[in-house]
Amino acid sequence: MVPAAIHEGSLTETHHTVADQPKHKSPYTADRGIPGAFEGETVTRRRFMTGSAHGLGAVAVGAIALPALGFSLGPVFERQKFQWQNVGALSDFNDETYVPRTITIVNGIGEAGKSLAYVRLRNPEIDTEPEDEYNRVIAISTRCNHLGCPVRFTEAAGKFICPCHGGVYDFRGLREGGPPVRPLDRFYTRVENGQVLIGPRYSVNSELRRFSPRDPGQPVDGIGQYLYPARFSTPEK
Amino acid sequence: MPKFKLPAPPLPAALQPRPKRPGASDGAGAQAAEAGVSVVDWIDERTSLSGGLRWLMFRKVPKGTNWFYTLGSATLFAFLSQAVTGVFLAMFYDPSPTRAYESMRYITDEAFLGEFVRGMHKWGSTVMVILVFLHMARTFFFGAYKYPRELNWVTGVALLILTMVMSFTGYLLPFDQRSYWATIVGVNINGTGPLIGPYLSDFLRAGPEFGALTLSRFYAIHMMLVPGLIAALIGAHLYLVAKLGTTAPPWLRAKGEPSLREDEV
Repeated sequence: MVPAAIHEGSLTETHHTVADQPKHKSPYTADRGIPGAFEGETVTRRRFMTGSAHGLGAVAVGAIALPALGFSLGPVFERQKFQWQNVGALSDFNDETYVPRTITIVNGIGEAGKSLAYVRLRNPEIDTEPEDEYNRVIAISTRCNHLGCPVRFTEAAGKFICPCHGGVYDFRGLREGGPPVRPLDRFYTRVENGQVLIGPRYSVNSELRRFSPRDPGQPVDGIGQYLYPARFSTPEK
Repeated sequence: MPKFKLPAPPLPAALQPRPKRPGASDGAGAQAAEAGVSVVDWIDERTSLSGGLRWLMFRKVPKGTNWFYTLGSATLFAFLSQAVTGVFLAMFYDPSPTRAYESMRYITDEAFLGEFVRGMHKWGSTVMVILVFLHMARTFFFGAYKYPRELNWVTGVALLILTMVMSFTGYLLPFDQRSYWATIVGVNINGTGPLIGPYLSDFLRAGPEFGALTLSRFYAIHMMLVPGLIAALIGAHLYLVAKLGTTAPPWLRAKGEPSLREDEV
């Protein structure tokens, strides 16, 4: 009360009515009795400076933080190019058993970028999935679909067995026992001039329907294909 | 004459040093001590650090404080040991998929005391995880997580998670068969989380496959990102410990006024 009275210049007057006080409902700073306010000013300069300093600070932080975030998240949206790799002549393979072939998954990182594929010819008696130009030769990925350990084809049993947690797959790569959530992944194959070429990996569900490649541990049957979405199809690098 | 004095308990008259005889010299030792005190005093006059240090170090502790209360400090020293040995390992280590194993082999087999420093770092990580859990168990069983120390528990759990991140990212760095396959499995476990799992594992691997960037990414997380976070959170954790004090062990009951006892729940 007292400061208001001083501002009005009526030091002697101790009682004053509500009408003496400045109108606080006015948006103009001059009307609110703010010292040094200009006519028509709605925001105090202190508030304006605080707001603009915070705003500029936010822009400066964003200018550094957003590119850094994009830099670290960028690889999530990148798709690697996969070349077709020659793994030998068609006559090297048969439809009775698998022949292991080393393929390169990632270039330029030595042994860590290599993987193994088990290759055989399509056998119409056991391979009931529809035939097309990409599965005349069947190439099975050794990545176990429990958590990604390398499976081994055991000739005597005719099964793929994972050393880590006991996953077992039958001759076609379908899950037979243990913790894996889907059959072994496969590679697209092509036959060109009598040579077998291995291409990109794809995942299959329990009916051997093709899905875009998923990571191990991610089922593609039923609701699984929606819970574990495929990568965004960005252009290849 | 320096003003700085360390706090000391009052001595009984029999133990107090005798006053000097007139004309006796202080001796070189006393003069050296005086010089040291002057330096500390010079710094303290400009920084006022002594008040904060006194606040941090000369705290009242409850009756019944015992060896279980040292587990937090033990964890801190395990972390400091990891930090120091880690810095020296980083001088030799090469986070490239084709050279990482070779650089680890060089540290272990050829660098002077390399096997020792690497062993300290390797076994120290296990010790740190064990100490973290013992410290957590002490806090739990002594009820030291209760009001007003909930934030200490929360920062402690964050530190536990960060310690696990350190263990996971550090496991890949030797880049032998065990590291490689353990990381494949670990990343794929992350990938089994519904909806965000696939993106999380792509983020960890820096791409759809374990590639050239995975190792350097793990290395950067292991030696820069997480240690910084851990150090900052340890600061907050310690500040709260100093601010709130430690709890008395649960087997000690306060002997209050009988009239106040009915307020106890």
